[in-house]
Amino acid sequence: MEQTTKCEMLLTVNGEQHSVIARPADTLLFVLRTILGLTGAKPGCLNGDCGACTVLVNDVPIKSCMILAIETVEKKITTIEGLKHTPIQQAFVEHFAFQCGYCTPGFIMNAHALTKKHPLASDEIIQEWLQSNICRCTSYKEIEEAVKTVLANNSASLNDNHF
Amino acid sequence: MIGNSVIRKEAWDKVTGAAKYTNDYIKAGTLHAKLVTSRYAHAKIKEIDTRAAQTVPGVRAILTGEGLPLTGEDLRDRPPIAFEKVRYHGEVVAVVVADTLVQAEKAANLVRITYEPLPVVGSPREALKEGAPLIHEQLGSYQKGIGTYPEPNTNIAHRTKIRKGNMEKGWAESDVVVEANISFSPSDHAAMETRCAIAEIRPDGYIMIHASSQSPFMIKKLISSYFGEDVGKVIVHTPLVGGAYGGKTPVQLELLAYLASKAVGGRKVSIWNTREDDIITSPVHIGLEATVKLGCTNDGYLKAAEILYLFDGGAYSDKAIDVSRAGAVDCTGPYHIENVWCDSLCVYTNHPYACPFRGFGHGELSFAIERTMDLLAEKLQMDRLELRMKNAIRPGHTTPTQVLLNNSNVGNLPKCIKRLRELIHWDDWQRIEIDARTVRAKGVSCIWKTSTVDTDASSGAILTFNPDGSINLISGVVEIGTGTKTILAQILAEKMKMDIKDIHVKMEVDTQTTPEHWKTVASRGTFMAGRAVLEAADDAIRQLKEIASIVLRTPIEDLEVGYGKVFLRDDPTIYVDIKDIAYGYKYPNGNAIGGQIIGLGNYILRHLTYLDKETGAGKPGPEWTVGAQAVEIEFDKRDYTYKIIRAVSVIDIGKVLNEKAAIGQVIGAMSMGLSWASRETFLFDRYERVLNPQLRTYRPLRFGEHPEYVVEFVETPQIDAPYGARGAGEHGLIGMPAALANALSIAAEVPLNELPLVPELIWRKKKGEHHGSI
Repeated sequence: MEQTTKCEMLLTVNGEQHSVIARPADTLLFVLRTILGLTGAKPGCLNGDCGACTVLVNDVPIKSCMILAIETVEKKITTIEGLKHTPIQQAFVEHFAFQCGYCTPGFIMNAHALTKKHPLASDEIIQEWLQSNICRCTSYKEIEEAVKTVLANNSASLNDNHF
Repeated sequence: MIGNSVIRKEAWDKVTGAAKYTNDYIKAGTLHAKLVTSRYAHAKIKEIDTRAAQTVPGVRAILTGEGLPLTGEDLRDRPPIAFEKVRYHGEVVAVVVADTLVQAEKAANLVRITYEPLPVVGSPREALKEGAPLIHEQLGSYQKGIGTYPEPNTNIAHRTKIRKGNMEKGWAESDVVVEANISFSPSDHAAMETRCAIAEIRPDGYIMIHASSQSPFMIKKLISSYFGEDVGKVIVHTPLVGGAYGGKTPVQLELLAYLASKAVGGRKVSIWNTREDDIITSPVHIGLEATVKLGCTNDGYLKAAEILYLFDGGAYSDKAIDVSRAGAVDCTGPYHIENVWCDSLCVYTNHPYACPFRGFGHGELSFAIERTMDLLAEKLQMDRLELRMKNAIRPGHTTPTQVLLNNSNVGNLPKCIKRLRELIHWDDWQRIEIDARTVRAKGVSCIWKTSTVDTDASSGAILTFNPDGSINLISGVVEIGTGTKTILAQILAEKMKMDIKDIHVKMEVDTQTTPEHWKTVASRGTFMAGRAVLEAADDAIRQLKEIASIVLRTPIEDLEVGYGKVFLRDDPTIYVDIKDIAYGYKYPNGNAIGGQIIGLGNYILRHLTYLDKETGAGKPGPEWTVGAQAVEIEFDKRDYTYKIIRAVSVIDIGKVLNEKAAIGQVIGAMSMGLSWASRETFLFDRYERVLNPQLRTYRPLRFGEHPEYVVEFVETPQIDAPYGARGAGEHGLIGMPAALANALSIAAEVPLNELPLVPELIWRKKKGEHHGSI
C-alpha cells in the first residue's frame, strides 16, 4: 500500500491566510469543508456536473471539486462565507430564488462573479454562465429574476455615473 | 399576515453558507463508510472475499448481509445488505468502515465478490409473464402490514382493486370507447444533497442518528422495530434537508449507519452517498406500464373506465406498494365516472427499488389518464377542454374509492378549467403552423390528488415563550425546502396577532425534543402541523388569559390576546404585557404566579379508513386539491426537437397563505415535471444495468431551458384546514408530463404515450417502431 504524504500549503480564503496540511490529491472542496470547516460549498456530484461546490479563485468561478487545493496556493479563494450583504444575496432572498438552499451557495458564487465580470450581461451570457449549476427546487425563473435585478441596478448605477 | 409573501425564516442562513445540512456536521473522530454495490441486476452471491480489503490501513470493519433482519414498511422483503443474492444493479453487498473516506474507498475497491448471474426481469409486463424469473422466491413468508396483499410465487408485491358501479352497465351506456397503453421507465429524484446518515451508539445504549430524511420519526420507529432497540433510546436529528421530493422518505442508509456503528463498538460512522450511489443504490422514482380503456356517450359523458396500472416497484417493494395504492385511489383522474374497474399492481423487477416521488403516483396515473382523454376527444371530435369540463369531478360525485365529495373536501375544478382556457387563449388556436418547419401546439391536463398517509398520522406542536414575549415554534415538520415552517410561523402570527419577527422557528428536528410529525410528505405539512400550531396557540392563549385574569382582576371571558398584550375586550387601555406574564407574574412584594407559558397542540387525521380488499372502498385522505394545466410547445418537424414555450397552472389551493412561496412551490414542481417528462429516465442495458448514474448522463433541466411560467390560484376553502388552505406542494408536477405529451402529440400528429419525450422517441413514433435507435 503506497503511503500518502501530506504537505503543508498556505491558502488565502476570504481574505485570511490559512496554513493547511493536506494531501496533494485533496480537492479544494475537501479542504475547505473538512479542514477549514467552510461547509458552504456543497458536494453534489464530485464530477463537475452540478456546480453546488462553486467558489471563486482569483474572482473566477471554479467548481471546487475539480481543482486541487494545492493548485490554489498563492491564489485568492472566495467562498460563500466570504460574501457579506452583497446585492446578489439580497436579490436571492427577495425573489425566493431558492427553496432547499443546497445549490444556493454555488449559484450565488457563480451569479456574483457574473454580475461583476459582466455588469450588463445579455440573456445569452447569463444562460451560458448559469447553465453550469443545477437547481432542482425552483423553476430557475426566480434565479433569473434575482440575477436580472442585480444587473438592472448595475445598469442604473452605470448610467448614474455617466450623467 | 395570511397571504403575505413573508421571507422564509432560514433565508439568510441559506444565502450566506450558514445553513447546515447533515453532511456538514462531520466532526473529527467520525469513521467513514463506503458502500460496495452490485455490478449485476440479478445474481447469486457465491463468495465475498474481504481479505485484501481488510489489509488497508484504517479499515475498522467490513459488513456483509448475513444474519440481518428483513426490512420494509409495508412488506419486509429487503435485507439491509444483500444476502445470498442481489436483485438490482447498485444494491449494497458490503459496507466498509474506515478512518477516512479515502481509506474506505480504497478498501471497498478491493472487496472481491463472485456472482452467478441470473436471468433478469426488465419491466412489469415481463415480470408478469408466465415463466418469468421469480425475484422473491420467499414472497409468501414475508411479514406484511394491514392492507398489503403480496401474491406468492409471482412477482406481484401488492394489488389494489377498485370495483365501483357496474361495468356491464357502463360499457352498455358507452357509444365511444378508446384504449391506450402508456409506459415509462424508472428515473430519479436527483436532489442536490445526496443522502447522508450518521450513527453513533453511546455506551448507555442511546442511539444517535443524524439523517437527511423526510421521516426522522419513522427512522426511530423502524430501527426499534427491526433491531429490537427501545424506541425511546433512538434519537434522530434532522437538520435542513437539501431537496427530497419523496426520495428521502424511505429509511435505508440510516439502517446501514446503525449497523456500521454497531460493528465498530458504537463509534460514530457516517455514510454519505456519492452521486452515483444516490441515483441507483438509494430508492428511485417509480416506472409504470398502464392500459386505460375509457367509454363515453356520443356527447362525451364518461360512463366506464377499466384501468390496469403496473407500477415498476423495482427489486424491493418498500414504499412502492403505497405508491401503487395511491395510483388506485385516484385512478380515474379528476373525472366523474360511475363505473370503474381498476387493478393497480406493485410489481417486482430487477430495477433499483422505487419510493415516493413528488405527486406520489399521480403524475404517473395522470399521464395515462390524460393521454387517453385526449385520444377520446380526438375520436369524439370534441374540444379537449370541453370533454374535461363535462366530466370534471364536482361536489356530490364519488371518488373511485366511493368517498362522497362536498364543497369542502374537493376544490372547484370547473373554475380551474375555465380560467385555464382564458389564460392559454385556448379558443384562438390549439395547433398552428408557423412555417414549413415549425409548429406550435398546446396540450392540457387536469389534476387531482389526495393523500394516502397512515390513517392515524399525527402532528404535534410546542410553543415556548421567551421573557420578551416572543415565541419559539417547535414542530416535527422537516424543512425540505417547501418553506412550511415559515408558513407555520405566519399561521401563528396571525392567530396571536403578533409580529412574525417575534416568532423563532426551530428548523432542526430532534425526535427527543420535537413533537412528532408523521412524515414530511404528501403536501400535508401545512394542514396537519398548521392545525397543531393553532391548537397550541389556543392553549397558550388560555394560559395567558388565566394569569391575566388574576392580575387584572377580571373574568377570563372578558379578555383578548394580541399585539403583545392581554387586554380587556371593552377597554383595551386595561391590559398586561405578555412579556410580564410569559414567565409567570411577579407581584411587587415578590410573590409569583403562573410560570413559563408552554402551549401544546396536536392533530390527528380523522375518519380515514383502510381500503376494502375487494372493492377499494374507503377514505384514503382528507381532501382533494384539483387543478388544470397546460403546456405550449414549438416543434421542429424536420429534426423532431422542440422548445417548451409556456407552462400554465391553475390550482385550487383553498387559500393562499404565502403568495410567493406558493407560486414557488407550484412552478418548482412544474419544472420538475417538465424535466422528468422531457428528458429524465434511467437507460438500462439488456442486463438491466443503469447506464447513466451521473448528472452528465442523467441530465435534469438546466437554467435557460425553462419556459415562461404562469400560475393562478382558485380559492375554495377546505373548511377544517388552517385558514382553508389545501395541500399544494406536489400538484404543479402532476399534469406536466401529460400536458407536454398531449401538446407534442398534437404537434407531431402521432400519439406519444411514452416518456421521456426526447426527439428520438418522436422520430421513432413518426417513422414506425421498426427503425432502430439513431
